[in-house]
Amino acid sequence: MVAADVRLAAPRGRAGTRLEVRDVSHHFELEGKTLPVLDGVTLQAEPGELVALLGPSGCGKSTLLRLVAGLDRPRSGALLVDGTPIEGPDPSRVVVFQDPTLYPWRTVYGNVALGLEARGLLRSQRARIDDALELVGLSGFDRAYPHQLSGGMAQRAALARALVNEPSLLILDEPLGKLDSLTRISMQTELVRLWRDAGFTALLVTHDVEEALFMANRVIVFSDRPARIKAEIVVDSAYPRHRDDPYLVDLRRRLLELLGCAP
Amino acid sequence: MTDTDITTLAASAHTASVDRQDRAAGSVWFGGLAAAAAWLIASLVTTSRPDVGDWSRTDEFAIALMVIAAALAVAAIAARWVDPLAMRLRAATPWLIVIPLAIAAWEAVTAKFPVLPQPFFPPPQALIEVYTDDWLRLGTSVLHSLRLLAIGYLLGAATGFLLGVSLGWSRAVGYWVHPVLRLIGPLPATAWLPLAFFAFPSSWSASIFLIALATAFPVTILTWSGVAGVSGAYYDVARTLGANGRFLVLKVAIPAALPHVFVGLFMGLGASFAVLVVAEMLGVKAGLGWYLQWAQGWASYGNMYAALLVMALMCSGLITLLFRVRDHLLAWQRGLVRW
Repeated sequence: MVAADVRLAAPRGRAGTRLEVRDVSHHFELEGKTLPVLDGVTLQAEPGELVALLGPSGCGKSTLLRLVAGLDRPRSGALLVDGTPIEGPDPSRVVVFQDPTLYPWRTVYGNVALGLEARGLLRSQRARIDDALELVGLSGFDRAYPHQLSGGMAQRAALARALVNEPSLLILDEPLGKLDSLTRISMQTELVRLWRDAGFTALLVTHDVEEALFMANRVIVFSDRPARIKAEIVVDSAYPRHRDDPYLVDLRRRLLELLGCAP
Repeated sequence: MTDTDITTLAASAHTASVDRQDRAAGSVWFGGLAAAAAWLIASLVTTSRPDVGDWSRTDEFAIALMVIAAALAVAAIAARWVDPLAMRLRAATPWLIVIPLAIAAWEAVTAKFPVLPQPFFPPPQALIEVYTDDWLRLGTSVLHSLRLLAIGYLLGAATGFLLGVSLGWSRAVGYWVHPVLRLIGPLPATAWLPLAFFAFPSSWSASIFLIALATAFPVTILTWSGVAGVSGAYYDVARTLGANGRFLVLKVAIPAALPHVFVGLFMGLGASFAVLVVAEMLGVKAGLGWYLQWAQGWASYGNMYAALLVMALMCSGLITLLFRVRDHLLAWQRGLVRW
């Protein structure tokens, strides 16, 4: 079933990585009490696939993303990228957070340059910055400071900052969650375009059912905290998709039922 | 809004601005002449009757006031054609009227009528006399003060900055330095004065140490709190992009803490002024603090006021310089306090 979805994505760039999450559990220690957040989560993302992780707010999806990014280590279970365990952060797995978290003291250009600068590639690969800015439609804003940008533009800059590293796995943590609905809709279309052009694997955390259906090959539904996988739904529909496609509308009803929101 | 609306609005805005300009030109004209008149009054008060004491620069002072009055009158007329001049003149007019009136009052109660006791309250021409006759000693004192302050302040600021970053970054440094900082930091640097003057080879090096000490404390604390307060999300972003520890300190922690660092540098500068003056009064035989002490020894009150004014200008100038540097480095911040 997974192979079919990859074909639908039709990646044109270089292939993304294969991600495996094997029986991962995680908890936090808060004032001596144990707060379980992930409970035996197992999932895969095939190279070039866009998998949406859908669930109620605060269920632990973002924690899973931090584990995939290598920012935290799981209490039990294993996370593998192309068969290699994840030991720490790596620029091939870049996160786009819900807040753009641009550095306010750097211009848009300086922010996008971060990854290259951190790895000492700035001098040799400077041209990639302009490419990334153009890709997200921010050409001409390179000298602006973050406080001069709108929410949508700031998130585009954060996206360019991620894409400049040519990630093989892009981790999207509710990247459009704080945007107004019109900006969100246009950014969804653009993200799909970027993903299909670049061919990276993508994990998209969201609590927006429509967003998941519009963008993902596969939607994994999580329960309330501690997050357990409740269901997995393949979205067998070609891109570009239409929001009023009866097939998607039908899936939407099923997903809402799963989340306990349907009448 | 339709195009017609916008055109109408633009047109009326234009008319309004022309009206305002006309009225503004009138008020600049009137205000400038009023200011000129005020300076003329100050000049006339100065020449109105003989001084009650013996001051040698009374005539020169009166002439200088007259020249300023004439210059203002010319500027008020020229402002009709030179827009930048009009803007500056309009902004300064209230001060340009109040200052000469205050000078006139000062002149009257010190030099013309024996209201304030002499020699404790010298008239303005006594200050002019100091600046024209004793400029060499005063200027040398300023240079001595600036040198002592610059060395001590820069040493203290650099130490405080490095200490603050280390405290914010390293647990080990925090463990050892924090208790010492809590004990020593709040102690006024001047309390070390007697100790420092015999512990150091010269009173000059002792003063450097004290100024550095007074500067370092606020700089350390604020740099530390700045580094400690950097959002964890900034580090997460850098780490996922492949940053190492060095990058996190130099390119994330320090720039993010810079607004705090500048508050520390500002407080440190204020503290360093206080220590500078005390050190110069008590140990170092040079500088503005010493000049004040020396003038008091000779009961030259005019010299004291003159030196105080120079000191005020120097301190204010240095603070302005610090704010300029900050404005340049923190141009990305919104809502900076203008000095």
